[in-house]
Amino acid sequence: MSDKTTLKYTPEHEWLDIDGDVATVGITDYAAEKLGDVVFVELPAVDSDLASGTVVGEIESTKSVGELFAPVNGSVAEANSAVVDDPSLVNSDPFGDGWLIKVRFTELPENLLSWDEYSALVGE
Amino acid sequence: MPELFSERHIGTDASAHASMLAAVGYDSVDALVEAAVPESIHVQELLNSSIPAAASEREALAELRELANQNTVRTSMIGLGYYGTLTPAVIKRNVLENPSWYTAYTPYQPEISQGRLEALINFQTMVTDLTGLDTANASMLDEGTAVVEGMLLARRASKLTTNVFVVDADAFPQTKALLASRAEAVGIDLVEVDLAGGAALPEDAFGVFVQYPGASGRVWNPASVLAAVKDQGGLAVVAADLLALALLTSPGELGADIAVGTSQRLGVPMGFGGPHAGYMAVRKGLERQLPGRLVGVSQDAAGHPAYRLTLQTREQHIRREKATSNICTAQVLLAVMASMYAVYHGPAGIRRIAAETAARADALAAVLTGYGLTLVSESFFDTIRVHVPGEASTVVERARELGINLHLVDDATVGISVDETTTEAELRAVVVAFGFSADESFAGLGSESTRLPEDLVRSSEYLTHPVFNTHHSETAMMRYLKQLADRDYALDRGMIPLGSCTMKLNAATEMEAITWPEFASLHPYAPEADVLGYLGLIEQLESWLAEVTGYDSVSLQPNAGSQGELAGLLAIRGYHRSNGDLNRTICLIPSSAHGTNAASAVLAGMKVVVVACDDMGNVDLDDLRAKIEQHAENLAALMITYPSTHGVYEHEVTAITQAVHDAGGQVYVDGANLNALLGYARFGDFGGDVSHLNLHKTFCIPHGGGGPGVGPVAAKAHLAPFLPGHPMAQRDDHGAFTHAGGPVSAAPYGSPSILPISWAYVRMMGAEGLKQATGAAVLAANYIAVRLREHFPVLYTGDNGLVAHECILDLRPLKEATGVTVDDVAKRLIDYGFHAPTMSFPVAGTLMVEPTESEDLTEIDRFIDAMIAIKAEADAVGAGTWPANDNPLVHAPHTAQSVIEGDWDHAYTRAEAVYPVRSLIRGKYWPPVRRVDNAFGDRNLVCACPPPEAFAD
Repeated sequence: MSDKTTLKYTPEHEWLDIDGDVATVGITDYAAEKLGDVVFVELPAVDSDLASGTVVGEIESTKSVGELFAPVNGSVAEANSAVVDDPSLVNSDPFGDGWLIKVRFTELPENLLSWDEYSALVGE
Repeated sequence: MPELFSERHIGTDASAHASMLAAVGYDSVDALVEAAVPESIHVQELLNSSIPAAASEREALAELRELANQNTVRTSMIGLGYYGTLTPAVIKRNVLENPSWYTAYTPYQPEISQGRLEALINFQTMVTDLTGLDTANASMLDEGTAVVEGMLLARRASKLTTNVFVVDADAFPQTKALLASRAEAVGIDLVEVDLAGGAALPEDAFGVFVQYPGASGRVWNPASVLAAVKDQGGLAVVAADLLALALLTSPGELGADIAVGTSQRLGVPMGFGGPHAGYMAVRKGLERQLPGRLVGVSQDAAGHPAYRLTLQTREQHIRREKATSNICTAQVLLAVMASMYAVYHGPAGIRRIAAETAARADALAAVLTGYGLTLVSESFFDTIRVHVPGEASTVVERARELGINLHLVDDATVGISVDETTTEAELRAVVVAFGFSADESFAGLGSESTRLPEDLVRSSEYLTHPVFNTHHSETAMMRYLKQLADRDYALDRGMIPLGSCTMKLNAATEMEAITWPEFASLHPYAPEADVLGYLGLIEQLESWLAEVTGYDSVSLQPNAGSQGELAGLLAIRGYHRSNGDLNRTICLIPSSAHGTNAASAVLAGMKVVVVACDDMGNVDLDDLRAKIEQHAENLAALMITYPSTHGVYEHEVTAITQAVHDAGGQVYVDGANLNALLGYARFGDFGGDVSHLNLHKTFCIPHGGGGPGVGPVAAKAHLAPFLPGHPMAQRDDHGAFTHAGGPVSAAPYGSPSILPISWAYVRMMGAEGLKQATGAAVLAANYIAVRLREHFPVLYTGDNGLVAHECILDLRPLKEATGVTVDDVAKRLIDYGFHAPTMSFPVAGTLMVEPTESEDLTEIDRFIDAMIAIKAEADAVGAGTWPANDNPLVHAPHTAQSVIEGDWDHAYTRAEAVYPVRSLIRGKYWPPVRRVDNAFGDRNLVCACPPPEAFAD
């Protein structure tokens, strides 16, 4: 499980763990809690190109559908097949085994949030 | 003074009204409603009403009998997707005429719906077996619209980006007409190809549709055509006759991705076109693309198998404009009937019926060809087409005189479809109609048909599950139906206070006529002279509905509210286009709207723009004006529900409709909540251009456990020419108007056999009774709001602090204070003997309560008392008297097994669990399962009957 305070965040409730030119992306515990029991995850294919801000995947619970937005421009380096097989990982370990994709990016957007900023956004 | 039906229909009498009014603080029902409904929209007194004064139950039935007598029941051999069938009497009496089945609601609360969920999973299993595919849904509205949905599914699932869809030239004419009107709206190009004749396929099709057997009756092997389209990345859709599939290789085995069709001929009367259950099945991998309801197997809190609706995130109530379809109400009651037909007959019986049908067609063909006639196709199942150049009308006319309707294909061709009911005498009459001997004998009747191509003779098994091989005696069947009905909670047990669903009385007299042969046994394309009674009834009902809504013309064709919405939006689209306004495609929809609105708009080729709501739950006028300004050039319509989905009469509705009209847009008023308005205000008077109504809400057609529905579309004169027409309609005119839009249902008048229900309701209530019903419904909702207000905040109110016909109870503060959720309260109501109100719609964490006018004060008070008692239980959890994880709420509902078996080590007693109110001791509804695990079912998708061992304990 990643240290939440060192991650970057988006207003769409996604977190990014940046390591060189690869960002690991997942959804936050706040988002997972709001969705409820996640039952299905659809992720983009490896090597597909992502345009920041576009919908590239879906996270379905029994009652609602969350969209996965590409947080950066880049291409998919890896998609988490474990979470596709067992979507409950998004609920049980959103910052760890419940990660969704790794994206190889060229440049990070400037408007990513810090933990403090994201916490303020969701009112925690 | 004769007895008034309205006094039977309305549950609360004068003395009840007096005490309810005292609680609410008004002197009369009229004063209450007039204070709630904004004065600017109050209806003017109507002169020359077309609605006659209320008839008694006996008088209404006598009038229906007269209308029925104007219909002529001839043996139908017209075919084209509608066939004679024998409804087993045990199914007619115990399902179709049984309120335990027909008054139930859609099984959103699985714990109290296990019976019909099992019946539906039987239906799904039957369909997957016969079609040879992996997953079937719980029914479609009819075959024609199922083909359209198949086309749309193919476009979603295909990776090709083309807009070309190939249509079999030998498809049913109604299907072709539906495909044409629906494809045009969403930019799909149809290419009709003589597939059986071997004509070339276009290269870039995202899908192909094959009718199997063809409309001409021809049976041919489409495997290579299906493969060719799939090889280039398209999907293959096959409309297959379920009875034929008992003898023919299944679509799945031939390579189809999607199979669609109707289950009408499995024991459901033709009914002049409906209602019947359509079906759709798909191969593995496409199940998330299915439209409509899907029943799956999950488990309950004790780990026992339990059924529930699964993968609901596909549907419009969650995914809105991105849903797989706009359909919500399906045809549950009819799907139950068809599934029970298969349960009763079993695989051997179904095969026998199919074989006898095929043998009749074969025997008739042999005799006619023996006289030198030739057939369009030598391979067929139940339908033949005979060449009689220049003689076709003569043959058809002679058959009519002998009591048989044949299909006049053209001057030179006659179509004949036989079925389960066809007798030797009728076959003989057909031969006579062709001008030959009256003493023909039919040698082939006792043997297997020789007309099925050898490469298509079915070898795979079907209906192997024990449920299809057990209940074959009538005693066993009757008991199985009773056993399933006993697991469910319908209106015959108690109140179903579902907000936005209007679960009012479906009176026995209203139901009386639907099974009369004069209404049940007519083919939708029977000649006009045979259906005059129906046409008269339809014309009257159309004019009555137009009058009460303030519109000029009504079409009864749409088979559900969703289809009425679509028809209304297509009318708006047609109107704008006829004015040259091709760019008017923006549809404004308030954020509070039912998700179906958005899904329908997309299918009408429109783009959805959401309008915000204010803190009071009303349309945010500033945001509306801003959005109108932003999209003024391209504004097509605003869709608004009135009273709103929040259950209040919005004060500013005329300002809203005016703003849209000023910008050149049209106003669609969703009639889902008409039960709060009838007699007091009319959509057409406050700016509506078009609306759909739900006859299964306001006008008493029973919900059938999730269908049938009827969603008439009503419009002002300028939109009337664009209302749905139909190429096979007996008449194009509807009063002073001609409906010339494309069809939205397979049959010209949708589901006519259930229209006598609404006709009888209006006839027996009269205009005055309809108004009284509205008043009683609004009074009941306000009474509940007042009584429960101190226990649960009422989220939204309108003028004078009043609600409309329903109220939203906010349970979020309760959760905040005690941890008890809206689910806990809903499930605990089952222990108290109630169906829960609508959960988390339109606002998450709330319950929306709609008592309707039909509940009496005793039942309303019983509900209020239950809610107050549950609130006290929740407070006890909040106070720590019961632990958060061990209390009667969090463990609700309680089965008998759960309180009897094993040690009892809970913080509350067994009696507190199941008898929270002493009156339950003598008459309690026991849920058959504990709380159903939603996530388990969605994560482990099983949509066919589980093996009996699964229920071992």
